[in-house]
Amino acid sequence: MGPLRKVVALVGTIAILAALNHVFESGLGDFQINPYYARIINLIGINITLAVSLNLINGLAGQFSIGHAGFMAVGGYTATFVTVYYGAAIAGLVGGTLNGGPGTFVVMAVSLSAGALAAALAGLLVGVPSLRLKGDYLAIVTLGFGEIIRVIILNIPAVGGATGFTDALPITTFFWIFGVAIATIAIVRNIARSTFGRALSAIRGDEIAAEAMGVRTTRYKVMAFVVSSALAGVAGGLSGQLFANPLNPQNLNFVKSIEIVVMIVLGGIGSITGAVVGAATLTVLPEALRGFDQQFPGLRMVLYALLLILFMIFRPQGLFGRRELGWTWLRLPGRTKIPVALSDSADARQHTGRRPTDRRSTLGGSDTDE
Amino acid sequence: MSSGEAPLLLDVRKVDKQFGGLAAVKDLSLQVPHGALFGLIGPNGAGKTTVFNLLTGVYRPTDGEIHFDGRRVDGRRPYDIATLGMTRTFQNIRLFPDMTVLENVMTARHLRSRQWLADAIIGTPRHAREERATRARARELLGIFGLDALRDEVATNLPYGSQRRLEIARALATEPKLLLLDEPAAGMNPQESLALMDLIRWIRTEFAMTILLVEHNMKVVMGICERIQVIDHGETIAVGAPAEIQRHPAVIEAYLGGS
Repeated sequence: MGPLRKVVALVGTIAILAALNHVFESGLGDFQINPYYARIINLIGINITLAVSLNLINGLAGQFSIGHAGFMAVGGYTATFVTVYYGAAIAGLVGGTLNGGPGTFVVMAVSLSAGALAAALAGLLVGVPSLRLKGDYLAIVTLGFGEIIRVIILNIPAVGGATGFTDALPITTFFWIFGVAIATIAIVRNIARSTFGRALSAIRGDEIAAEAMGVRTTRYKVMAFVVSSALAGVAGGLSGQLFANPLNPQNLNFVKSIEIVVMIVLGGIGSITGAVVGAATLTVLPEALRGFDQQFPGLRMVLYALLLILFMIFRPQGLFGRRELGWTWLRLPGRTKIPVALSDSADARQHTGRRPTDRRSTLGGSDTDE
Repeated sequence: MSSGEAPLLLDVRKVDKQFGGLAAVKDLSLQVPHGALFGLIGPNGAGKTTVFNLLTGVYRPTDGEIHFDGRRVDGRRPYDIATLGMTRTFQNIRLFPDMTVLENVMTARHLRSRQWLADAIIGTPRHAREERATRARARELLGIFGLDALRDEVATNLPYGSQRRLEIARALATEPKLLLLDEPAAGMNPQESLALMDLIRWIRTEFAMTILLVEHNMKVVMGICERIQVIDHGETIAVGAPAEIQRHPAVIEAYLGGS
């Protein structure tokens, strides 16, 4: 994309988000969005950010982390803390208030940045020692980290302790939720397609070969972990400041972490499209099954679990596998057939048949070999 | 070119490697001059691959020093050594699975990358320029190895011989000064081995490269190396030109058993 197209895409996205945000907040003519649906849509957006960011570490780099809720908590509590205790002062600096307008906008930006920074720092602290571990061990360390964070928060009265951070101001809007979700998708996609993404895929594929090709494995794992944690922190900040959705240590336990893992496994681990679809599906599904509870209380979660089990039996690679929805869908790796003429023996014949000098001509070299 | 007068690119000084009580490599010295095509041979279990793992930083020597291009490299991490200009292929091919042929080679260009993570996230001109250059260089290499038509294929779906060539292409993409080939002819039929020798000799001239070859197959080594070192049970038993090695009694004994 050229710089001009990038600016156009950015301005266009912001304009569309702002327009949709207006519909969400004040409706369109006679139309008012059902608050229940609005809430589910907002939660989908937050879960997209969580799933896509976790995909960077679990899907792309192949490191199994199950502590994402811990980073969400660090970022969420930090962001909410900044707004509750310093929000009015920050809004005052730009001459605004916390009741909407530019003041609230700045407070939101500052609080989310603080949340991202705190979560990134936590990611660095956890990542540096633990990313030398592999597989199950890393999973256990991240799980332990999540629980430690939860217990610490439980004991801080300034952020509500066990009651949850109910002092939070509801300043999160549709605009912020989906702006962050789109930014997360763009960031993770751009990393995946770059030389850093290839280095991470190489680590996932064969760590020994990756090191032999000059990839600093631990550094890149930590880098992915920090970016992933920062984005989870932003998701936490959005979640904690959403109307009537206060952060609560009970909701940020390892069950929440597992829920995010299930989202990316369902969508297809390693696929950004899959993470988005997985997040949306797992947010909507429990709500869609709510009707069953009226007939038989508890039936909903039984059906939910049953659906997940069936899904994993019949589509273990997830909805999308490693694929992405996009222009390259038609020529995905693994789809092209190897031409018969290039099979091994024919290949060897071709190779001996051609003099080395013929090959050299493609490079324009002038050295004589024989 | 391979005379003793040439400056040394690789200088291994009295290296030992022990695994518990087992001495895998004993008092190994190995001198590879700039521009040489050097063969390291020995029967099965002689310690050849251990030597490679010591050189590339997978293992740390128990004793002794390894100098590469004027720097001491023993004890350094594999990615450091790769960055200094020593890259390898593996006896049991280690391509990056679920990456395409092209991506495998592009990944090896990572250590030449000068961009920051922010360049990639924002998509700066520097990122675009580097990405274009990386792709072009990778395709050039694939073209040389006759793999460009298969560039979008998953690497591990390639036939065996092509995977071997891809691994060499990937190692060359790092622009090494010294290329280490670990049993490149393993699993190849005589015809393929012949083609491979042709290719190795050509790479050496074309890229002005020093090559250290570990091989089990005597024919391959005798055909292309100017200088050969033979090890058995982790110890050097002979060093010399192919003709000398072929006549050397200790070598004959090691390969054919006691006479």
